[in-house]
Amino acid sequence: MTLISATLGHAAPYNFAYLDEQTKRMIRRAILKAIAIPGYQVPFASREMPMPYGWGTGGVQVTAAIIGPSDVLKVIDQGSDDTTNAVSIRKFFEKTAGVAVTTSTSAASIIQTRHRIPEETLKSGQVLVYQVPIPEPLRFLEPRETETRKMHALSEYGLMHVKLYEDIARHGHIAKTYAYPTMVGGRYLMDPSPTPKFDNPKMHRSAALQLFGAGREKRIYAVPPHTEVVSLDFDDHPFEVNKFDKPCALCAAEGVYLDEVILDDRGGRMFVCSDTDHCETRRADGHRGELLGSPIEQKEATHVA
Amino acid sequence: MSPETMSADDQPLLVARGVTKRYGPHIGCIDVNFELFPGEVLAIVGESGSGKSTLLSVLSTRLDPTAGSVGYRMRDGVMRNVFDLNEAERRLLMRTDWGFVHQDAREGLRMGISAGGNVGERLMAVGARHYGEIRSTALDWLNRVEIDQTRIDDAPKTFSGGMRQRLQIARNLVTNPRLIFMDEPTGGLDVSVQARLLDLLRGLVADLGLAVVIVTHDLAVARLLSHRIMVMRHGRVIETGLTDQVLDDPREPYTQLLVSSVLQV
Ligand SMILES: Nc1ncnc2c1ncn2[C@@H]1O[C@H](COP(=O)(O)OP(=O)(O)OP(=O)(O)O)[C@@H](O)[C@H]1O
Ligand SMILES: [Mg+2]
Ligand SMILES: [Zn+2]
Repeated sequence: MTLISATLGHAAPYNFAYLDEQTKRMIRRAILKAIAIPGYQVPFASREMPMPYGWGTGGVQVTAAIIGPSDVLKVIDQGSDDTTNAVSIRKFFEKTAGVAVTTSTSAASIIQTRHRIPEETLKSGQVLVYQVPIPEPLRFLEPRETETRKMHALSEYGLMHVKLYEDIARHGHIAKTYAYPTMVGGRYLMDPSPTPKFDNPKMHRSAALQLFGAGREKRIYAVPPHTEVVSLDFDDHPFEVNKFDKPCALCAAEGVYLDEVILDDRGGRMFVCSDTDHCETRRADGHRGELLGSPIEQKEATHVA
Repeated sequence: MSPETMSADDQPLLVARGVTKRYGPHIGCIDVNFELFPGEVLAIVGESGSGKSTLLSVLSTRLDPTAGSVGYRMRDGVMRNVFDLNEAERRLLMRTDWGFVHQDAREGLRMGISAGGNVGERLMAVGARHYGEIRSTALDWLNRVEIDQTRIDDAPKTFSGGMRQRLQIARNLVTNPRLIFMDEPTGGLDVSVQARLLDLLRGLVADLGLAVVIVTHDLAVARLLSHRIMVMRHGRVIETGLTDQVLDDPREPYTQLLVSSVLQV
């Protein structure tokens, strides 16, 4: 955040959403191409942004290219609106585009994310912008880019299954828990990196438009609304999302992604929603987890209210 | 090339016509013509630099020829010039109906991936999606190439040279190809290991009715494995015929020299 303010200065004359119009048009063309070829990595001329690579410069450029004055922006990092990275990107767009910001998933028209997809089902008209560090799912299997391009062109993805085979041979199951490979629209292999595989099913046939920006790697790719996103697996080792033993300690939500929180230095810990907005909304609606009171108290509380 | 080792149709599987490869001003191979029949093993012999590997690379589409064509009878029975196939067809051919065994196993294997994964890769590439079946097929192939099945989860970088070559062979044969190219598959192995590999190869080639083009400068290898032999010198084929005939009664002075020098060793 200090970095951004330092670079921008206070009265810096920058264009709406920081990037100049020509650059935004170039990025929009890449986005349109990405939407037209779901899952295909479109090269684009990534610009220097007033933040280092690894801070979501790809996502920021995509957001800058699509955002308009009437948009409402939400930014999350690991599911939380309050982390340094999320706060600084939100401030960046408040300052450079003067747009309204929110932490509410349902109120946002654009959600920029690193790691998570909100628990609340996204609606038609919403855009989810992912910050992607490594867009190429075959990178660690085949380092030659000429070769990975050919593999994409010919839809030759046997090697990805070799990787999953190796996982099962070594660990008895597919050990990949994030950046879990998917097939988009039955055609392109896509790395949803670095989202946990827990969120993969949310990508499948989502009503929202999903855009992926990789700044350092200069790639943009997209999953248009209602597109098939299938996680790779074997017939006898089907894809499964991680399960959590307990509901959220704060809001009692089940079937959501939980983070472990250390409570004290005596081994005390709890599991709470990683999606902070989801957790707060549920608590505001009267849901109470283990840590905030028993289910009976919860019932009484709701009656009183 | 006895009739019973041929498949029902006695039409050639591979046809080379005027195959020429130049590296700028340098000659790779010039005007090579031959036909290879199903189940037939052809050895290409000759001294270092005579163009054996160049020819093999062109035949297997790893190199584009400067001139000439290479016809291959596809599984549907149609003869196609392999250089007219599109990239997708060519790559599919290379990992299903063809195999390539390299002298250096590191070129033919994924050294960091388990033996099972190496053997299973071609299956997965053509759509196999049942882990248990892929694994049992891999186990079966390890067995056939005499690799202890308990090594299935070990990477080939922990294997001996002979084991690596046998693993390479299993990896190639798992999709039931009809044609295998081999470039000095026994090169660099010590004699007893070579003998075992040759025995294994001979058995597999006969059992599976494979057609093979094998490059070697070891005439003993050619004698043991091949039905027919082509002798190359300075990029040209200077003598060709049935293996025993050529080795026992060479016509060309150069071949005579080659044979006699081998006999002296
Ligand atoms: N990439 C290349 N560029 C230029 N010349 C080459 C290249 N590859 C091979 N040659 C030349 O082509 C000729 C044939 O080489 P090739 O490798 O086919 O011979 P070879 O019979 O396989 O030899 P060896 O038994 O040593 O493997 C040689 O004169 C060689 O120097
Ligand atoms: Mg050679
Ligand atoms: Zn919660």
